[in-house]
Amino acid sequence: MSRRFTPKVVTANRLREGDVVYLTADDRWSPFHHEAELIEDEAHAQMRLLHGAAQKLVVVGAYLADAKPGPNGPEPTHFREEFRTRGPSNYNHGKQADYA
Amino acid sequence: MYSYSEFDEAFVRERVAQFTHQVERRLDGSLTEDEFRPLRLMNGLYLQLHAYMLRVAIPYGTINPRQMRQLAHIAQTWDKGYGHFTTRQNIQFNWPKLEDVPKMLQALADVGMHAIQTSGNCVRNVTADHFAGAAADEIEDPRPVAELLRQWSTDHPEFQFLPRKFKIAITGSPHDRAVTRAHDIGLRMVRNAAGEPGFEVIVGGGLGRTPMIGHTVRNFLPKADLLPYVEAVLSVYNTLGRRDNKYKARIKITVHETGKEEITRLIEERFAELRPLFGGNDQKLLAEIEEAFAPPAFRNAPTDAYDAFYKADPTFRSWADTNLTAHRNAQYAIVTISLKAHGETPGDATADQMRLIADLAETYGHSEIRISHEQNVILPHVHKADLPALHAALVNAGLGTANVGLISDIIACPGMDYCALATARSIPIAQQIATRFDELKLEHDIGPLKIKISGCINACGHHHVGHIGILGLDRAGVENYQITLGGDGTETAAIGDKTGPGFAYDEIVPAIERIVRAYLEIRQSPEETFLDAFRRVGMDPFKAALYDEEGEKDAA
Repeated sequence: MSRRFTPKVVTANRLREGDVVYLTADDRWSPFHHEAELIEDEAHAQMRLLHGAAQKLVVVGAYLADAKPGPNGPEPTHFREEFRTRGPSNYNHGKQADYA
Repeated sequence: MYSYSEFDEAFVRERVAQFTHQVERRLDGSLTEDEFRPLRLMNGLYLQLHAYMLRVAIPYGTINPRQMRQLAHIAQTWDKGYGHFTTRQNIQFNWPKLEDVPKMLQALADVGMHAIQTSGNCVRNVTADHFAGAAADEIEDPRPVAELLRQWSTDHPEFQFLPRKFKIAITGSPHDRAVTRAHDIGLRMVRNAAGEPGFEVIVGGGLGRTPMIGHTVRNFLPKADLLPYVEAVLSVYNTLGRRDNKYKARIKITVHETGKEEITRLIEERFAELRPLFGGNDQKLLAEIEEAFAPPAFRNAPTDAYDAFYKADPTFRSWADTNLTAHRNAQYAIVTISLKAHGETPGDATADQMRLIADLAETYGHSEIRISHEQNVILPHVHKADLPALHAALVNAGLGTANVGLISDIIACPGMDYCALATARSIPIAQQIATRFDELKLEHDIGPLKIKISGCINACGHHHVGHIGILGLDRAGVENYQITLGGDGTETAAIGDKTGPGFAYDEIVPAIERIVRAYLEIRQSPEETFLDAFRRVGMDPFKAALYDEEGEKDAA
């Protein structure tokens, strides 16, 4: 039996600003991980990644990142993705400051 | 200092204009990201974890006050008011927006600076001893040669697409402060039997996933032969270096796979072909460059005020003991301004601090500033009579930390707080270690101890050559820190040995404390440094301190 598919979100950086963004179910790029579309199906994930990566004037470096459901929406499972939702730990810069 | 020629100026301006159009074409869709990426990297622009990052070259770590003020202006106008000085004597801005980068490059060009060849498989910024031109132990200032190498390697048509990046370090002193043995080419100035200066040429050193100490391919190379010889090394590497596997592409692997004797033979053979083609123009140019590096007009004045202050003020004395280095002129000192205030980010300076450093360099330092690979700022020529006033000004700006060479003077790469390649964070580990040992008030008692931290195996934080090295890894989705001991980046270079299993994020600082406490017990006297003690007793007592105690704690 094949391994169970780990749920994913599509994430990228904005082309102009470099900010981390997530693809939502209604085709927006949100700065918030919890607004991302949590994708539970592998084929659908590939379709959504293609859709995201095709927006070459909006984002750069789109990829699928592991995620899990949470009370307010999808949450990252790996610490790297967790850091991307916040910003650096040495200064109050990035999202933790911009959306505080 | 050396000023860019009209040729340099035209070249840099032309590149800014090109890149400005390239950014426009990326933003209007005429260039895809795949097409644009190599172009932006050629101009030092990376896409990191949270934002773009612009890496600006500071050739051989030498910068003047006007340039420093411009970096402050750039930090304040297009970034978040600070810059990060790196382990390759460069500066990085962590938050630029893509459309602002052409303006930043324009502002850099206005002061003869740029971001060219700070990325890509080319010859990168040539690094040098940060005390060059001032150190008491120096044979000759190595920077004219570094400048010659910069001019030669900039846009060199043969060496723009090497198998991999290529890093050269140079020192004019027998005491190696430039880590020459861990570079693709290390150049260490020595004298021959006749007393003439030349270079020991070391090839194939490097850190990263396969750390290696370089091999000496020439014990003494006359200065006049330097450029054709370096070109011969590059030429052999360009032919033999592996392009099939990124992880085997650095010259250290080429040397390892070819063998020292064979690679030496090939270099000498190529050198014999190239030498006659140089025809003396390089030496003419070097002579011109050397004039631009003439030492400043040193002041002749009494140093009594310094001596009196040193005796009277313990805070000043503590700073003088750690942050000053012997100058070739006995009335002068080399000042290291620590960018390692306890709990702060190693290597970061705010725009205000940069401006103050520029002012102080003008007032007290013959307008000279250096950046060290250890992520500090150097004022190489300060008359001792001016040191009390300089120190007071530094303390006021949070730049007076007396810790150079001590446990809190930590090298740390940006790690996973910024870098897209990182596997764990480095900066907070450095902050916590510095804060912890400041609380313990132990660091002056501990004495010279270099901790170096990398957030991934690429080893930008030079962890392999730290007396204590820390490597942050991702172990099954958790940050884990591996410790090495006994590394050394000087003329007695050594790669550190792994202690054993790594430590979790919240375990690493206590682990470092156990190592240091073990050292304090083991040392024969306060004069025996950590590295000396490690070399005498080996790994076992430190392993016991690291792992046995932990076992006891678990059992309790």
